[in-house]
Amino acid sequence: MNLTRKEKKALARILAAGALLIAANLLPLEGYWRLPVFLIPYFVVGWDVLWKAVRNIANGQVFDENFLMSLATVGALVLGEYSEAVGVMLFYQVGELFQTHAVGQSRKSIAALMDIRPDTASVLRDGAFVEADPEEVAVGDTIQVKPGEKVPLDGVVLTGASTLNTAALTGESVPRSVREGDQIVSGCVNLTGVLTVQVTKPFGESTVAKILELVENAASKKAAAENFITRFSRWYTPAVVIGAVGLAVVPPLFVGGWANWVRRALIFLVISCPCALVISIPLAFFGGIGGASRRGILVKGGNYLEQLAKVRTVVFDKTGTLTQGVFEVAELLPAEGVSEKELLRAAAQAEAYSNHPIAQSLRRACGENIDPALVTDVKEAAGRGVTAKAGGASVAAGNEKLMADLGIKMTAAQPQHVGTVVHVARDGQYLGQVVIADAVKQSAPAAIAALKARGIRTVMLTGDAQAVGQAVGQALGLDEVHAQLLPADKVDQVEKLLEKKAPKTTLAYVGDGVNDAPVLSRADVGVAMGAMGSDAALEAADVVLMDDDLAKLPEAMDVAKKCSRIVVENIVFALGVKGLFLLLGALGMANMWEAVFADVGVAVIAILNSGRMLRSK
Amino acid sequence: MKKTFKLIDLDCANCARKMEDAIKKLDGVADANVSFLTQKLTLDADEARFDEIMEKVVKCCKKVEPDCQIVLK
Repeated sequence: MNLTRKEKKALARILAAGALLIAANLLPLEGYWRLPVFLIPYFVVGWDVLWKAVRNIANGQVFDENFLMSLATVGALVLGEYSEAVGVMLFYQVGELFQTHAVGQSRKSIAALMDIRPDTASVLRDGAFVEADPEEVAVGDTIQVKPGEKVPLDGVVLTGASTLNTAALTGESVPRSVREGDQIVSGCVNLTGVLTVQVTKPFGESTVAKILELVENAASKKAAAENFITRFSRWYTPAVVIGAVGLAVVPPLFVGGWANWVRRALIFLVISCPCALVISIPLAFFGGIGGASRRGILVKGGNYLEQLAKVRTVVFDKTGTLTQGVFEVAELLPAEGVSEKELLRAAAQAEAYSNHPIAQSLRRACGENIDPALVTDVKEAAGRGVTAKAGGASVAAGNEKLMADLGIKMTAAQPQHVGTVVHVARDGQYLGQVVIADAVKQSAPAAIAALKARGIRTVMLTGDAQAVGQAVGQALGLDEVHAQLLPADKVDQVEKLLEKKAPKTTLAYVGDGVNDAPVLSRADVGVAMGAMGSDAALEAADVVLMDDDLAKLPEAMDVAKKCSRIVVENIVFALGVKGLFLLLGALGMANMWEAVFADVGVAVIAILNSGRMLRSK
Repeated sequence: MKKTFKLIDLDCANCARKMEDAIKKLDGVADANVSFLTQKLTLDADEARFDEIMEKVVKCCKKVEPDCQIVLK
């Protein structure tokens, strides 16, 4: 055990008092002579508690745990139970020491998890690289990152090639390779080569700063369980103290035996601190959020972790979430007498200027460089396609409506793939069709299967055509597919699903966080994916998956469930034991030794239980 | 305006809760959070009167937990 100086001092006092207590019991003394002998260990171990009690009473803090502990032990001394008085104080201090230590350790291990803040940046000033505080580096400055160093600020690689370890941000252990012109984000660790980087964001807006801010703020969004504990502890101590007073005063009026009833009342005072719950419940959520962030799952508050554990419906956006969001030419169906090459070239020419993902995929597939200068008279017909003049010929690429508008007769074809169909024509002659599909993410099938194994209903929403949506839905085995939705329809659809879900369960919406902010906020839990470097997603979502891996979703739910289970265990255990000992104490069936276990022992066990949240791999 | 302060020697979780309750009741305080685990106080209060409110917050903390110090930057 690594103890701090403060903890070592406390431990020394406890050991000394323990030895003195044993010695006091061995001394052959009788009656009141024993009191001064027992007072020595009592003051050694408890002077600070007594002092705080006096000071806090002066400040009007009646229900202060120091005061209640002092009252209980002084009461025991008055009743002649010297050994118990010292013992209770001793165990109380052992418990305090243990709690401080356990919480300190948890705090440290979370700090280690979040150790992504760069200390210095090596920035180019007057021709040489000098060390500087990352906060002092401006946008446009050039920084150098050597192997083994953390990337201090977001930027673009100017020179050099290297591999980056992104594990601290994404939980992904496979290094990412970067070279000139690539974007890199702060918080990654440079592994192999020296990089010079042009800074694109000030430190305050960098990925590292955003993540740290988010995790630190997470503590202020409290889960319902935490709020319950806060409300509970507000009346628990006063109620138990009032119970103690009642127990000491009322029964003796009828049956007599003051000493006996006061002894029972003192037991109440020993159990009156709600510490076990007040520490262990936030600790479980804190550990859960910390543990999740190590895996590249950022949860913005204990409340969202709690909601995530109850998710029974997951609604996915299609493009960019279940699919890669990268369109590829899947199939070429040229008309009779037309070569595939011709078909592709005409399509690429027509789409020479467009930035639409479909246009890009056509140009990529075409391979040859199409000089946009040769393409003129480009006319886009919204919702239909595009026409242009290229090398003296007029080309057209678009859907069936475009072909109909141009009066071009299409020939039928049976595509094998389901995707977006682009019809192509040149000089009024139909060249054929190109099928463009968006490939399903590699991690998607396993993730959907994992969700279904957990009894979760999976739904997909997409703006794409029914056939495309259905094909993806069937390939992945989704329960429900809603296609041809405009962005506003997605909100409506989520509202309908929210109405339909079973009570006490929640609905999660998973999207890329770019275009679906309203849906993300409408769902019980909004999950954004692939957020590394995307500010919009970090802002809009409740839970952020740092990379594109869908497998993180069931993982996040498992963390959330484990956290909820620990919270319930601790609440039931702590309340159960305390309730039991209050009852036994009132009936005269518990002694002070047992009461101090009910207080301190329960707190320690509950804290250790919450600590499991941190150790889970 | 929202500001975060470090707390030194905040030794008991129940005190943190009591401090939070007391600070929340202060005039001009929109929201407050005392985190025992991160040893931090987050205060959301009226910007114009922030310093004056902060003085009250310090007094409040002293009352609940005299050992605990707020690090004022």
